[in-house]
Amino acid sequence: MENRPLEYDYTVAKMFMLTTVLLGAVGMLIGVILASEMAFPGVNTMLGSLGLNEFTNFSRLRPLHTDSVIFGFTLSGIFATWYYVGQRVLKVSMAESKLLMFLGKMHFFLYVLVVAAAVVSLFMGITSSKEYAEFEWPIDIAVVVVWVTWGLGIFGLIGIRRERSLYISIWYYIATFLGIAMLYLFNNMEIPTILATSPAGETGIGAWYHSVSMYSGTNDALVQWWYGHNAVAFGFTVPIVAMIYYFLPKESGQAVYSYKLSLLSFWGLMFVYLWAGGHHLLFSTVPDWMQTMGSVFSVVLILPSWGSAINMLLTMKGEWQQVATSPLIKFMVLASTFYMFSTLEGPIQAIKSVNAIAHFTDWIVGHVHDGTLGWVGFMIMAALFHMAPRVFKRELYSKSLMGTQFWIQTLGVVLYFTSMWIAGITQGMMWRAHDEYGNLAYSFIDTVTALHPYYTIRAVGGLLYLIGFFMFAYNIYKTMTSGRRVEESELQSASPMAA
Amino acid sequence: MFHWLEKHPFFFAVGVFLVIAFAGLVEILPNFAQASQPVVGTKPYTLLEMAGREVYIKNSCNACHSQLIRPFKAETDRYGHYSLSGEYAYDRPFLWGSKRIGPDLHRVGDYRTTDWHENHMKDPAGVVPGSIMPAYAWMFTNLADINTAYADQLTNAEFFNVPYNKPVPMKDGTTLTVPMAKSVAEANAMALEEAKAITADMKDKDVQDMVAAGKIPEIVALIAYLNSLK
Repeated sequence: MENRPLEYDYTVAKMFMLTTVLLGAVGMLIGVILASEMAFPGVNTMLGSLGLNEFTNFSRLRPLHTDSVIFGFTLSGIFATWYYVGQRVLKVSMAESKLLMFLGKMHFFLYVLVVAAAVVSLFMGITSSKEYAEFEWPIDIAVVVVWVTWGLGIFGLIGIRRERSLYISIWYYIATFLGIAMLYLFNNMEIPTILATSPAGETGIGAWYHSVSMYSGTNDALVQWWYGHNAVAFGFTVPIVAMIYYFLPKESGQAVYSYKLSLLSFWGLMFVYLWAGGHHLLFSTVPDWMQTMGSVFSVVLILPSWGSAINMLLTMKGEWQQVATSPLIKFMVLASTFYMFSTLEGPIQAIKSVNAIAHFTDWIVGHVHDGTLGWVGFMIMAALFHMAPRVFKRELYSKSLMGTQFWIQTLGVVLYFTSMWIAGITQGMMWRAHDEYGNLAYSFIDTVTALHPYYTIRAVGGLLYLIGFFMFAYNIYKTMTSGRRVEESELQSASPMAA
Repeated sequence: MFHWLEKHPFFFAVGVFLVIAFAGLVEILPNFAQASQPVVGTKPYTLLEMAGREVYIKNSCNACHSQLIRPFKAETDRYGHYSLSGEYAYDRPFLWGSKRIGPDLHRVGDYRTTDWHENHMKDPAGVVPGSIMPAYAWMFTNLADINTAYADQLTNAEFFNVPYNKPVPMKDGTTLTVPMAKSVAEANAMALEEAKAITADMKDKDVQDMVAAGKIPEIVALIAYLNSLK
């Protein structure tokens, strides 16, 4: 009994792998529709002719895109990897505790319910308007329940662990849990309007789900971007770093390059990230000193971000030939590279004089997407590729399909961010251009029509990425259903893949 | 210390929380009370304006339009005086937006008319050739939710002391009182009066008929809100 290796239980991990793939496909598909609507506004009316105008117009779909890729794809990916990585680095199986198993399953089912409610409400236009915090109070409460369920699962598993020392990935998962909990709670403070009483004594007036934000105007903006920026931190950075710290060393068979560097990057990231939210509000009406703090800390943020990224790249030291031979390593190394790229670009945009041009333009959209497509998307897909053979005990269906997917998606990301850079800087410069008499050189619409070619290129880039994602989904599906069965001994480091 | 923390998850979590909570406390709290004070000339939203603001939010207009004029010559030339913190005192939620796919709207009431909005919302590209904004035809038939807007006003007054039925100072030295209804029935009657003033400048026959019949389409409320942005 004592000598037998632990049998990990991946039931919950598998469930979340499914939603990662499904919600990823949905979210990215909506993204491509939105991109086409911007390049060819006729797409709005085309979809509208089906009688769905109200629900398929750009403005109604936009929060659906952001929320489905953040809270659908990314969050599912985070949960899926947690229920895989958590057991393995803590050296304890979910099967050992009936309670933890129950919590895990409940976590999944509640999550699916919340996703369904969120999709319906956003289509109906029930929104608080705050970016990535659009849900109204009933869904907010449900989100908190889901989150607490996950937290109980995390600390429960940690409580019965055999490995006393917490591995680096666990630090990042704990931080994800705490960070999002704090941010989400404070940003969504609101008073439901059904609590109001009219002077005539009437109660329960109007829509029951409607609410009024606890903060007004400038304060609301400040809290929202403290949230918005750090939701990126604790949704798109911290948990993805957790993944790469586990999956890259595992897949490559290399030890993490430096423990000290990982310490420095972790605590540095935790401290610095939260200050940087102010860079979303440069030249706005929030106090100047906060804007300057946001700007300065954004630049400092390069250090802990690059610390993790360099630590990962140096982990490959002496083993670079794996980048050429394994598409899975390719995904992770490129993800790490995009992470460096994106965390350099962000601070540049946070410099006040650059921000004066970049803010409100597509350059910001480009920045978000080289981070999310290049770093978050690639890392989550790589994690699922690594997990699939171990979870399903089957060989990955096709290595060549993975390779093709890698290049198609890389091309897609490159088209996406280059076109958005040009579009953003073009528009930013056109907005501020004056003629020789000091009048504005362009009307607003001139700065819109000038962007048509770039919007078209972006839509193509997005489409390529989506096609790649479907190839990924197909590859995982075929692995599940018809991959060659493998033994535990084949699963030590590099994942087994059929040509 | 770090080795010790890594073996004690509870203290580890407490440590992480303290480190991440610190910045929020230092950055957000100091100016919180001051930043929520209105400037002279800022008034609460009337009932129909509030209903229009909810239409604006329902359709995520803020996904494409900002309401924040930055203090640059190019922006003040294009959109008017740069935005002041106190002008947003009654904005719950704020609607600054983060992307200008279309132009800023913070002072759109200064330079666009009811008539312009009516035509533009029906066919944006017909009014502004080359526009990529989609049409919002359903706003001409969907009804505005006056009851919820009334509940919104009540919540603002009860929980946040927004000065309804109280004189607020205006820029010309006078005061102005924004009335709030005493009951749901009175609220609907008040909204209808406001709507009639808007539809007097509109051409759409169906919209005028609806208002005459006591029903308020979303477009009327939305225009009331847009006209109030000054």
